[in-house]
Amino acid sequence: MKEFAVELRDVVKKFITPEGNELNAVDHVDMQIRNGEFFSMLGSSGCGKTTSLRMIAGFEWPTEGEVYIEGKPMGHTPPFQRKVNTVFQSYALFQHMSVYQNVAFGLEMEGAQKEEIKKRVMRALEMVQLIGMENRRPKQLSGGQQQRVALARALVKTPDVLLLDEPLGALDLKLRKEMQLELKALQQQLGITFIYVTHDQEEALTMSDRIAVMSKGKVMQMGSPAEIYERPRNRFVAEFIGESNFLEGQIKSLSANEASVFIPALNAEVTGTPASEGLVHGEQVFVSIRPEKIHLTEHSARLNTFEGEITSTVYIGSNTHVVVHIGDVRLKVWEQNRISRLEPSSFYTIGQKVDLMLMPENTLVLKKD
Amino acid sequence: MLKRLRENKSAQGTLLALPTTIWMFILLILPLLLTLVISFGKRSPDGEVIFTFSLDNYIRLLGFSSDCAGGQASCFDPLYMQILGRSLMLAFNTTVIVIAMAYPLAYFIARADPKRRNTFLFMVLIPLWTNFVIRVYAWMMLLRKEGAINLIIGTVAHWLGINFVPLELLYTPGAVLVGMVYEFLPFMILPIFTSLEKIENSLYEAAADLGASPFKTFLRVTLPLSMPGVVAGTILVFIPVMGTFIVSDILGGRQYILVGNLIQRQFLDARDPAFGSAASLILMVMTLIVTYFYTRKFGFGEEIVAA
Ligand SMILES: Nc1ncnc2c1ncn2[C@@H]1O[C@H](COP(=O)(O)OP(=O)(O)OP(=O)(O)O)[C@@H](O)[C@H]1O
Ligand SMILES: [Mg+2]
Repeated sequence: MKEFAVELRDVVKKFITPEGNELNAVDHVDMQIRNGEFFSMLGSSGCGKTTSLRMIAGFEWPTEGEVYIEGKPMGHTPPFQRKVNTVFQSYALFQHMSVYQNVAFGLEMEGAQKEEIKKRVMRALEMVQLIGMENRRPKQLSGGQQQRVALARALVKTPDVLLLDEPLGALDLKLRKEMQLELKALQQQLGITFIYVTHDQEEALTMSDRIAVMSKGKVMQMGSPAEIYERPRNRFVAEFIGESNFLEGQIKSLSANEASVFIPALNAEVTGTPASEGLVHGEQVFVSIRPEKIHLTEHSARLNTFEGEITSTVYIGSNTHVVVHIGDVRLKVWEQNRISRLEPSSFYTIGQKVDLMLMPENTLVLKKD
Repeated sequence: MLKRLRENKSAQGTLLALPTTIWMFILLILPLLLTLVISFGKRSPDGEVIFTFSLDNYIRLLGFSSDCAGGQASCFDPLYMQILGRSLMLAFNTTVIVIAMAYPLAYFIARADPKRRNTFLFMVLIPLWTNFVIRVYAWMMLLRKEGAINLIIGTVAHWLGINFVPLELLYTPGAVLVGMVYEFLPFMILPIFTSLEKIENSLYEAAADLGASPFKTFLRVTLPLSMPGVVAGTILVFIPVMGTFIVSDILGGRQYILVGNLIQRQFLDARDPAFGSAASLILMVMTLIVTYFYTRKFGFGEEIVAA
């Protein structure tokens, strides 16, 4: 077995839009997807996730570059000759066939024996908990059940790689959360590589081993959920996944794991961790810090500590969202409500002066573009 | 009164259906009943209908003549049965040919670029803007001995130095078949197109994804999902072909008689409405039987799964 189940090397996909313009839906993308991993492509609408997935499945061919499956260049190999299967967003179930026939379809195409087909179809239906529904038509099933049929239909082929295009998009929140866990468990149990497309950051963080964050046809960052969240490499990723405060400034001193940035708005230097590649001395940068990583303290005079004034507090149960102004600089701070208090605002009150401490390891220095 | 109507749902339904029911009764049920009554009647010597209850017309249609001298076996004349059989065969052949021609065309249009799709549909519909009879006459112009087809073949033959005797195309069963196929082609293309167009592209992709070659995809996905269109088209073509008399009248000549011609002549030439009514009813019953068995076998398409 090759290390990479699927590899995209410098892949470009151009479309001619209905307006007659040329559009790079996928723009010089490199991706290595390891065998057996749960890999997600995450990005907002129109960023090229579906197009990337369709090139792996073989429904589209790259304009430039090459898709490799198990180390083999795919070229113009048609979908029915690739050992990957797709779960479509709209499920694409055959309405004229029963659940059983839908799932059996792929095996019949392989020319499997009737007995063999029956055994494998029933096993697949068991896996997705649809035993007893095999004679129903897709129309006679709920959305979640149809979703499972689509899953069983693809899984029964025992593909090396399963491609899933927002498979839970049409389900309500509760069912979606349930299915997320089920899908993840199924993937671990079967050891199949999953390539999962979603625009829901929480879904990607919950399920994935690795995530590729995409924007405008490009991969912005690829890494584990923790890497993506804790070490975003640019402002886009830091903003797209979770929330963050950004301060503009200029690098005054720089070493491998520490950078000092002068922030004009604070008229002070902030010490942080270089997170983008290729930062240089004197460069204009963003300092990024997540709201839950700012410590509110009372009068301490340590490094990276600034005095501010609370201008709003919102109690949301587990946390209190506080807004602190340091001069004109507005910072979001999330404080966990560790102690139960019936009047949470008594702890943080508007107009109160507080000290904010930005720990250097939580304070990321990011390139401006 | 009005208030009570507002609360009574079933009375509302009855009231709403009333105009339609009245029209249906006047325009459909009443004439049918009249036809039925007349079909049991007789023709008076001067061409009037004598109302009686006689099965003579039906016996005559089956080939037994009532005024046959002595009632010998030789008196059996299958002429009318032959006409019925010929009509059935023609309707069947026309339908099969029309399906064979319409399906690929509909498929092509359904899969065409959406921008060009309307143009193609428009082209399918254009002939229907011209009167039915005129279009049949146009075929007469094409098929005549001095017509366009003979002219073209003759010219080509002349160039090649081959001796060419103009073909007898008009007034043949073939000419009638061509005319029928031409007339009814759009009525097959449109329903098949509609059902093909409804098939989502992702279904083709799903089939390919699951390992089906394009040919297998067609057999197992496209064809079964487009069967409702084929069934609807078949009904739209088969039934009118069974009853049309204009095409055979113009392109088939006086000797080529279909049920439609038979009925028409009873009412106009032979002035025997009683016999014509009987023939109409037989035609209707036959069409109903064929349609019944056809739709029972093919349903409306959904039940078909090539297993
Ligand atoms: N067949 C096509 N012809 C022209 N442009 C296309 C075609 N398919 C996709 N595009 C364009 O390519 C871009 C990427 O589309 P894609 O479907 O990959 O986005 P996506 O990331 O899956 O978005 P979403 O989350 O909305 O599904 C979009 O701007 C889209 O308009
Ligand atoms: Mg998409």
